[in-house]
Amino acid sequence: MAEVAISVPVAPTPGVFRRLLKRKLAVFGLIVIALIVFAAVFAPWIVPYNPDEQFFEGLTLEGAPLAPNAQFWFGTDLVGRDLLSRIIYGARTSLIIGVIANGVSVLIGSAVGITAGYFKGWVSTVLMRFTDLMMAFPALLLAIVLAAIFRPSLLIVAMVIAMVNWVQIARVLYTETRSLAERDFVEAERALGAGTFRVLTRHIFPHLVSTIVVYATLGIATTVLLEATLSYLGIGVQPPTASWGNIIFENQTYFTSAPWLVFIPGFAIILLALAFNLVGDALRDILDPTQQGHH
Amino acid sequence: MISYVARRLLQSALILVGISLVTFVLLYLLPADPARQIAGRSATAETVESIRQQLGLNLPFYQQYLRYATGLLHGDFGRSYLQKTEVVELIASRLPASLLLMAGAITCELILGIAMGLVSALRRGSGLDNGLMLLSFVGVSAPQFVIGILMLYVFSVQLGWFPIGGYGTFSHLVLPSLTLGVLGAGWYARMMRSSMIDVLRQDFIRTAHSKGLGRATVIFRHALPNAILPVIAMIGIDIGMFMSGIVVVESVFGWPGIGQLAWQAIQRVDIPIIMGVTLVSALAIVVGNLMADLIAPMIDPRIKLR
Repeated sequence: MAEVAISVPVAPTPGVFRRLLKRKLAVFGLIVIALIVFAAVFAPWIVPYNPDEQFFEGLTLEGAPLAPNAQFWFGTDLVGRDLLSRIIYGARTSLIIGVIANGVSVLIGSAVGITAGYFKGWVSTVLMRFTDLMMAFPALLLAIVLAAIFRPSLLIVAMVIAMVNWVQIARVLYTETRSLAERDFVEAERALGAGTFRVLTRHIFPHLVSTIVVYATLGIATTVLLEATLSYLGIGVQPPTASWGNIIFENQTYFTSAPWLVFIPGFAIILLALAFNLVGDALRDILDPTQQGHH
Repeated sequence: MISYVARRLLQSALILVGISLVTFVLLYLLPADPARQIAGRSATAETVESIRQQLGLNLPFYQQYLRYATGLLHGDFGRSYLQKTEVVELIASRLPASLLLMAGAITCELILGIAMGLVSALRRGSGLDNGLMLLSFVGVSAPQFVIGILMLYVFSVQLGWFPIGGYGTFSHLVLPSLTLGVLGAGWYARMMRSSMIDVLRQDFIRTAHSKGLGRATVIFRHALPNAILPVIAMIGIDIGMFMSGIVVVESVFGWPGIGQLAWQAIQRVDIPIIMGVTLVSALAIVVGNLMADLIAPMIDPRIKLR
């Protein structure tokens, strides 16, 4: 019944994709993401070699890894495995963790932010004080301690990252929900007898979607970087599962004689994080008119 | 103002108590037996048990925490399990190196970030602007260990301009500072750009122009100081980023600061050191945020203290 008068136009979402395509950097980001997703999904069919196979001809007679060449395009690693194949499988690891960890942290962040923003009183206070507390934690130290407590597996690494990363989105959504909850149309809706659930899902949440989309996109970049860092320190994704971070971890001592073993995976990490940052930033510009001109 | 400061101080103190509690719980859950570690592999069960008694590891959790917290109030962070030294001394001996690195990094990121942002804002919409902004995005998208290894490879191994890691002279400081500063430079470049664009749009700049002042004078005497303040106010917030960054950067460059101390302690499960460094980092972050919040309204009176 309240459908009639009280509805505030939700941010115009149609056309977002078309507007995204007008920005060169965003298009570049989208293409990179598409290529990496493609490589990750079809990894078993496109890899030139088995990523775990140690090739006899993959090492020199002295036992050193091979530089990029016609047979092994990205060269081989310290035990003679094909680097290109490991990089392609590493894309899988990065994206799986990126999607799971970021999904969970967006869920937690949204739940905490929206709840704290909508309900006043002690619920809000407790949640936001806890968020403040998490903000003051040195994120990487926390992630390292968590990763050390639980034996790292793909899922655990994702959860550790989620536990560290939900804070920012919670803070942003808290501020937005709070100002929405005080707006007239929400007050009116409540006066008409709408229940909490209805107000939240039908009237508050739709206004938060663009913010969530922006932070979810930017969050994947943060997640990819944190996974790479944990794996580089040896407490993230464990070998033999290939991850761009642990490829560097395994080979870093030889970076002076075999720099490709560090820089090719390093470049892959930068490319993926950059792509999500570019798309996320473009989305922020498009979806949030109040931020025009502020990058 | 005074009541605001008092309230924020109280909040910060509570946050620190919260952090000490959460960290203590996490480390309590670690699947490790410190008593066994201290005693060594060949120790008898009785020795291990007596060490456990001595350290109070057999007490219930809340008593262990109270014991630790009481110590903290007296400035006692406990003793390292493996190095048999007071944690306070270990941190104190490593802190100067980390502070030096942080000062170097702040210098790098301010110079790089402000210069990039300034040029971008003045050449808004040009190819140079786009290039610099893309570069700033690369800066915030690059993991610090990759940048660090890249710097080492190019400037130390190939060009031989700087030593490969270590500590002591100015040339040891350059690469780690740059590495730690790249991330912040990316953020500052974008903030500086938008801040400068905002200022250039304002009336007093138009007035300055119409007074007949030269372009350089308007930019450097009138616009820049106004645009730079909000950027500098962000340094406090940056401290969180540094505290995470030093763990990685110090281990890449063999820099003897608290980041490396923490990382070594984590590998050896030396719990008192992990606790100590976490608390010191959290303290730095809390103080940084507090400073940022107190400085912001001084710079921009439109921001009100709440």
